Amino acid sequence: MAASSTVKSARKSLIWLLVIIFGLAGLIGFGSTTDENASFTPKLALDLQGGTQIILSPLLLDGQAVTTEQLDQAVSIIRQRVDASGVSESQVITQGDTNIIVSIPGIPDENTLALIKASAKLEFRPVLITSAGTPSAEVDGAGTSDPDATESPAPEETPAAEEPTASPTDGSDLNWITPEIQKEFDDLDCASVFREPGQIDDPAVPLVTCDVNGFSKFILGPVEVDGANISDASNGTVTSSTGASTNTWAVNLEFDEVGTEGFSTVTQRLFPLEQPRNQFAITLDGFVITAPTTQAVITNGSAQITGSFDRDSSKVLADQLKYGSLPIGFEVQSQENISATLGQDQLTSGLLAGLIGLILVVIYSAFQYRGLAIVTVGSLLVAAVLVYLLIAFLSWRQGYRLSMAGVAGLIVAIGITVDSFIVYFERVRDEIREGRNLEVAVENAWKRSIRTILASDAVSFTAAATLFLLTVGNVRGFAFTLGLTTIVDLIVVFLFTHPLLRLLARTKFFSSGNPWSGFDSKALKASGYVGRGQFRVAPTLSQGKALKVSKEAATRQTIAERKAQAALEEADKSGGN
Amino acid sequence: MSKFKDFGNDLYSGRVSIDVVGRRKLWYGIAIVLVIIAIVAPVARGGFNFGIEFRGGSEFRIDGVGDTSQQVARDAVQSVDPETQPIVTSVGVDSVRIQTEQLNDVTTEEIRIALANAYGLPSGSVTSSFIGANWGADVTSKAINGLIVFLILVSVLMAFYFRTFKMSIAALAALAHDVVITAGIYALTGFEVTPAAVIGLLTILGYSLYDTVVVFDKVRENTLGVEFSEDTTFASQVNLAVNQTLVRSINTSVVAILPVAAILFIGAFVLGVGTLRDIALALFIGMIVGTYSSIFIASPVYVHLRENEPRFKTKK
Repeated sequence: MAASSTVKSARKSLIWLLVIIFGLAGLIGFGSTTDENASFTPKLALDLQGGTQIILSPLLLDGQAVTTEQLDQAVSIIRQRVDASGVSESQVITQGDTNIIVSIPGIPDENTLALIKASAKLEFRPVLITSAGTPSAEVDGAGTSDPDATESPAPEETPAAEEPTASPTDGSDLNWITPEIQKEFDDLDCASVFREPGQIDDPAVPLVTCDVNGFSKFILGPVEVDGANISDASNGTVTSSTGASTNTWAVNLEFDEVGTEGFSTVTQRLFPLEQPRNQFAITLDGFVITAPTTQAVITNGSAQITGSFDRDSSKVLADQLKYGSLPIGFEVQSQENISATLGQDQLTSGLLAGLIGLILVVIYSAFQYRGLAIVTVGSLLVAAVLVYLLIAFLSWRQGYRLSMAGVAGLIVAIGITVDSFIVYFERVRDEIREGRNLEVAVENAWKRSIRTILASDAVSFTAAATLFLLTVGNVRGFAFTLGLTTIVDLIVVFLFTHPLLRLLARTKFFSSGNPWSGFDSKALKASGYVGRGQFRVAPTLSQGKALKVSKEAATRQTIAERKAQAALEEADKSGGN
Repeated sequence: MSKFKDFGNDLYSGRVSIDVVGRRKLWYGIAIVLVIIAIVAPVARGGFNFGIEFRGGSEFRIDGVGDTSQQVARDAVQSVDPETQPIVTSVGVDSVRIQTEQLNDVTTEEIRIALANAYGLPSGSVTSSFIGANWGADVTSKAINGLIVFLILVSVLMAFYFRTFKMSIAALAALAHDVVITAGIYALTGFEVTPAAVIGLLTILGYSLYDTVVVFDKVRENTLGVEFSEDTTFASQVNLAVNQTLVRSINTSVVAILPVAAILFIGAFVLGVGTLRDIALALFIGMIVGTYSSIFIASPVYVHLRENEPRFKTKK
């Protein structure tokens, strides 16, 4: 039976809504027992809660000066990196001529500090020679713990230094190793500090350096591929050859045209070489993060870096590589707590304003829609619960922070959410004006209004998605809120408002067209329609006006209806004759 | 109340009709005058009053204070320059950071001394420096790029949905009208343009398009097959659609504006200046203009663009 199937599908929708609400609440509740970041209270942004102010000063070599352009560029890159770690609306500004102030909510951990300050210059260089991380003269094994077994093969004994016989022909040529370089390599102790912070290496000459853990040291050839040629970077777990996911975290790189070309050329050259010259070292700020063996010629422009990464550190490196390296290195000059710029009173007043607004909306809709106000208020409450849970969920999973502008955005969203109901209700009223009973009117109105709601929400969502993907800072925070409320609007209309109205349409109070139901059929039918295509001309109307009105009705028929009407009239005429 | 419902019935049936499309020269005239005012008046007044997030400014730092409350610092700054709205933050345990708009050397020095006196400290414990813009050129250029991409995407989306590019053009015309007028009122009132205000403006952009799509969806429905109709014209069908959605437009804008009015009232009269007032003003004006333009700009422009197409013209 059609009627009971309506009830069934309405109930099904409402159950789905409960599943979503309890599912979200359950996830957060379960999360809060295992993860300290999960909580039912959304986290607040810098302006409402305060956070940490980090002053960065550039690491400069003697005689080096930082230019305004470099500083602006650094600010831009740091902002993108901070944004990539969540929608926190952090503040990144220059101070004076040299410093950068980064203000972020909460207390930063090591990974966040690294994300902010590391210049993240990535280079790909071929390995010429490698050995354990302490000077080769030393026999003491204290510093030579196991080399990273998965990455570098056992370090080899250093070959005796000889004067190069010819000038080097390519990056892997051992002729790069002059006695000076050999000596530097022999003397290098990875346990000591051997690099100036912020040191910039000449990309055209070999580099003598250690890996990040100090386990092995290397002589590397000139730079073959530069980090600037990376077009995109992401983190993820390594998939094994059988397609199963492993626990090893990796950073995936996509190269641009230049990078792809360079990478292809160099893997072609390295592939047939002997150990360790078939190894390809990837250096980050001068330290080798990994030196994998070339196992194939890579021509598709993508590469994967594995090393001693976990989930967070691989994300940090991916974000650093994605937004490019800083033109200069920075060190943390000071790190202090800062208070909120807007007091608690601002947040309280904001919420109060929201409450007043909500009450006004309820009063207005009760005035306009009478009994239907129950549906409006109910839908708004459901929307509020959903938005609250989603914000709590996203501030746990995505680092979302609620700022004052965000609160204002949510209050504004009340209006846009209610509009969906208004469009729907007005359509139902239109259908009743055309003489339908309430149950049919609700179904017809739904089919028509859902088109409008979907189209207008699609516009809002396009705005949100585009701005979120392409912008930074406050605009991104706004886009996030807009997208969130648009999705909630759709969920509420589909899974609450519509099913509820379907069920209510079957109750006597609403279907009888009670004056307090908001669907007062007498009031609505007063327009003169008795049904589609038929017309009851109000006696008070002038002849001309009545004609005009009936013409209007005629145009609202479909072509098929019009033809049918003409055929009927024709039949009437012939019948009468 | 029942009057309003009757009004809705009458609009729906066409018994009462507001001639929106027919009087379009009047609406165009009003729009042109408003847009010219919104462009010329701010220029005469010297442009927008951008906040420190856009222009950068001065920063003071006081170390070793006993009381880190914001009010002391705010009073001290305003005793020198009553116009300045400082952003006061406590830093660490016993320091206060004050950010103001860019000040000249003399005022900076005066504020430095005023702050030192207010906290009872030697003037040497107050340092000052210049700070850059948080909303720098890079943020602006990214925002503008994002906007352009968004407008193109939405135009294509609407063109597909409505099966005509002319609706996209009409919607964008209404959008431009809304944004120019809202921005113009900002410049006229001399309210500080903060990131919150810009976000308010972006919300208007979304709202204006959203509202236009709702009206246009009814227009699309009413004008389906109008070229086969003997006795209605394209323009009269668009006008009927606008009238039929008028009750919805009024209800929606009242419902959308009520919460914004609440924020504006609380923000402006209870809290004084702040994020809430900045964003609510932009929204309050923009939503009224946005609803108005969907009816009185977008629909007439659409009729203008289409009524001269041969298929609508032949059977007049």
